[in-house]
Amino acid sequence: MLKKYLIRKNHYCDSVLLMKVAADLETLPGILQATAIMATAANLELARTVDLIDDTIEAQPNNLLLAVIAEDEGAATKALSQAEENIEKAGSNTVAARNLRLEAKSIEMSVSQDTELNWALISCPGEYAAAEAKKALNLGLNVMLFSDNVSIQEEVEIKKIGRAADLLVMGPDCGTAIINGLPLGFANVVTKGPVGIAAASGTGLQQVSSLLTQWGVGISQAIGTGGRDLSADVGGVAMTEAIKVLGEDAQTEMIILVSKPANKEVAEKIFAVAREAEKPVIVCFFTTEKISSDGLIQFVTTLDEAAEIAYSIVNSGDLPKRITFGTEVTSQSSNQKDTQKYLRGVYSGGTFCYETQFILNEVLGRVWSSTALDPAQSLKDPWLSQEHTVIDLGDDVFTQGRPHPMIDHRLRHERILQEASDPETAVILFDVVIGFGSHADPASEMLRSIQEAREIAAKGGRQIYFVGFVCGTDMDPQNLKLQIETLQSAGAILADSNAMAARQAASLIIASSK
Amino acid sequence: MPKLKNKNSNILNIGLKSFADNIQDAGGLVTHVDWQPPAGGDINIGSKLADLVNNERIEKANKKAFSRYLDANPVLEGVGIARDDLPGMTEKLILHAGPPLEWEVMCGPMKGAILGATIYEGWASNLTDAEKLVLGGGVQFDSCHHHNAVGPMAGVISPSMPVWIINNTIHGNQAFATLNEGLGKVLRFGANSSDVIERLKWMEAGLAPMLNAAIQETGAIELKPLISQALHMGDEVHNRNAAASSLLIKKLIVGALGSDAVPDDIKDMVSFIAGNDHFFLNISMSSCKVMLDAADGMANSTMVTAMARNGVKFGIRVSGLPDRWFTTTAPVVDGLYFPGYSKDDAAADLGDSAITETAGLGGFAMAASPAITQFVGGSPADGLAQSQNMQNITIGRNHQFTLPALDFAPTAAGIDVRKVVDTNILPIVNTGIAHKEAGIGQIGAGIAPAPLDVFIQTIEPIHDSVMSST
Repeated sequence: MLKKYLIRKNHYCDSVLLMKVAADLETLPGILQATAIMATAANLELARTVDLIDDTIEAQPNNLLLAVIAEDEGAATKALSQAEENIEKAGSNTVAARNLRLEAKSIEMSVSQDTELNWALISCPGEYAAAEAKKALNLGLNVMLFSDNVSIQEEVEIKKIGRAADLLVMGPDCGTAIINGLPLGFANVVTKGPVGIAAASGTGLQQVSSLLTQWGVGISQAIGTGGRDLSADVGGVAMTEAIKVLGEDAQTEMIILVSKPANKEVAEKIFAVAREAEKPVIVCFFTTEKISSDGLIQFVTTLDEAAEIAYSIVNSGDLPKRITFGTEVTSQSSNQKDTQKYLRGVYSGGTFCYETQFILNEVLGRVWSSTALDPAQSLKDPWLSQEHTVIDLGDDVFTQGRPHPMIDHRLRHERILQEASDPETAVILFDVVIGFGSHADPASEMLRSIQEAREIAAKGGRQIYFVGFVCGTDMDPQNLKLQIETLQSAGAILADSNAMAARQAASLIIASSK
Repeated sequence: MPKLKNKNSNILNIGLKSFADNIQDAGGLVTHVDWQPPAGGDINIGSKLADLVNNERIEKANKKAFSRYLDANPVLEGVGIARDDLPGMTEKLILHAGPPLEWEVMCGPMKGAILGATIYEGWASNLTDAEKLVLGGGVQFDSCHHHNAVGPMAGVISPSMPVWIINNTIHGNQAFATLNEGLGKVLRFGANSSDVIERLKWMEAGLAPMLNAAIQETGAIELKPLISQALHMGDEVHNRNAAASSLLIKKLIVGALGSDAVPDDIKDMVSFIAGNDHFFLNISMSSCKVMLDAADGMANSTMVTAMARNGVKFGIRVSGLPDRWFTTTAPVVDGLYFPGYSKDDAAADLGDSAITETAGLGGFAMAASPAITQFVGGSPADGLAQSQNMQNITIGRNHQFTLPALDFAPTAAGIDVRKVVDTNILPIVNTGIAHKEAGIGQIGAGIAPAPLDVFIQTIEPIHDSVMSST
């Protein structure tokens, strides 16, 4: 067994490509472990931690570093040269269609080539992202900053520049948006319509916009703000601007605001701005504090409810016609053991994980999480569930050096099998998020996980319920309908939203405990 | 308040390319940037650079500096003597190419040229004495650029040497350069044998007065039209000066024949110039110098006003940071070598001639000169691409210098340090390669990108000056 590495100077590749390169490397014969990174200090540290490289390696941030642990020299050399070839091929990808020009090397250069540019979608590594955002703003472009790992000081500064220049700044860590009908980042293909959304939560935005599209109500604009926008430090700058934009927008007839729990004073400020929008506003901030609705703002506790109210405003009080699944299961038909008492939620969407805790706290009591609403309910070890547990596998704890679970199902697969081996697991609750940017067929991945999990449980004489939902639309590349059919073929119990799925899962727990 | 609806979304994508593909699949307009971390991955410099992009103060300063460069009008006024005409030229002072440096660290060709000049000046009668004098501190050194002058290769100018006098008729500044000695064993490559010294003596006593008489007869020669015409005749006026030298001869013959000169002197002058296709190079360089000096010293400007090498360091000067050099190790040029020579024989990059690229000529005008693209290791198509690519790192274009092969596009001019650091596109310099030992001469030629590091160094001081001048 030996370690071998290779450095390519001044060869930048994005992390998604590199993760794929690393994953491919590990499949090659004789390779035990591999990494492909840009040699930043942080990345080198990570690689050292897992003992993939020695301390002596010297590399610069602009160097591409490939490193393997291999059975022998021959395998290592062969694998590294194969990886290099793959990287070269990725660089000469000519599949890109005609109006996709590849030659610009900087934002300024692009703007000088095309003066009509008005948005910058930035997803480069976080340490460089703030600078790119500033450049875009200085050149008069609105910014969607998908990158995370941007400091809060930088976020404040960027948003200040944006506000002064009358430009929108969505993010950092803004996963999704729909601007003038175009899906940006991880987004669903939705229809156009009267509902405007401003969201400090990517999956929250996707849930609301997808449900409305499923029910035949379209979206005017869906503006992301980044998860920290409603913190005391940032002060809700982006959401304030977003509400003003939606208020002025002639196509927008009502506004939905979504955020994970917000700073109280910032929330008050946002509500004040919302009241001036002169349009119905629906607020879903996942706060335990009861705020009563008034004529201008309706406060709701779930994303599903937010979408439902918007639907009923558009359709003069009617309720949406929901998809029915015909897979209602009662505990009479079950052969669950007495040990099987707990619910385990394995999410890829962070806001879904929050929302579920919010719902379950009321009906099941204490629910543990790695991203707990209530710090007292923080999991001791995020890698190990206890009692009722819901986790967000897209959280930094789990994604260090790995792709997001919406792209790469492997980690979630392992966790589902782990839950299935636990004799206390009764119900496994999951989300499947489709749309641009997500895995090409996540339901099939989930199908495989469910089948293997069932086999594991069956060996212990147990049966586990799988309850889930698909967030997306029929126009998404993966197709909502096909995804649902795949999950149904696995015998999963499906709902049309996270809130519905969470309640369904809870009722199974309650029913079996009686 | 931000406006979303006034235009269709037209999106620039930086980072994950799949996002661009998605937007395109959804029917949107998108441009994917072939992005690399700027400033070689230095996050601190990258962040400062971001503040400078499209900064109003800088844009204004660059516009002014660039228009002074464009407006400058170099004319060949005559031939003078360094001692009399160069500002700050004192006795026992020898000027050299590139940023200033100490004798001890100079490269072979520069040392050879300085010893040759010491003998030429009569300060010593042989090389041993010359070196003793230098080591004893009997000779001072300074950069040509500090005296409004430029010199190819070693770029040595000593007090008695004749110099071209270039006047800028618009702004009144002057620039100077020695007369080109030809190829082979010449002082600028460090040769210092007696025949080299004798030629220099003749150039001082015979050629210079003849040239001056001819110019005085014909009147000051306008250089922009001449350079412009030479570009249309296959020169880029750095590594190829065949056309420009011929155009110059035409003017000089008419002047010489109308002067009091005797036919033998005229014949010597004409045959010397006719035997040296690079004769115009020093005039080209000093023309560029006079145009760029007109743009120098503009507060907050990020325009490069000089790129120069001394065989040890590669240096640049920037308009908004006057009188400073930003330097790094001069690279050894990875070019084409004459038979029998290789990179191992080469001196590191040398000479002030990169002033031509700084002014939008030379490598920036490569499209004009298909004949030498092979000489510097490329194809005519590479030359076109190179000239086009340089437009991405310049403040503007010079409509006085046009490139026929690019549909008479103006040359890219006025290198902007911000754009170099942001795009990682490096200014291209066409260059000759000197042997590392004195006196052997040129051993090859190539295309050498200017090192990124010197441009990175300018970002912090510019940031300091721009952000403090509120």
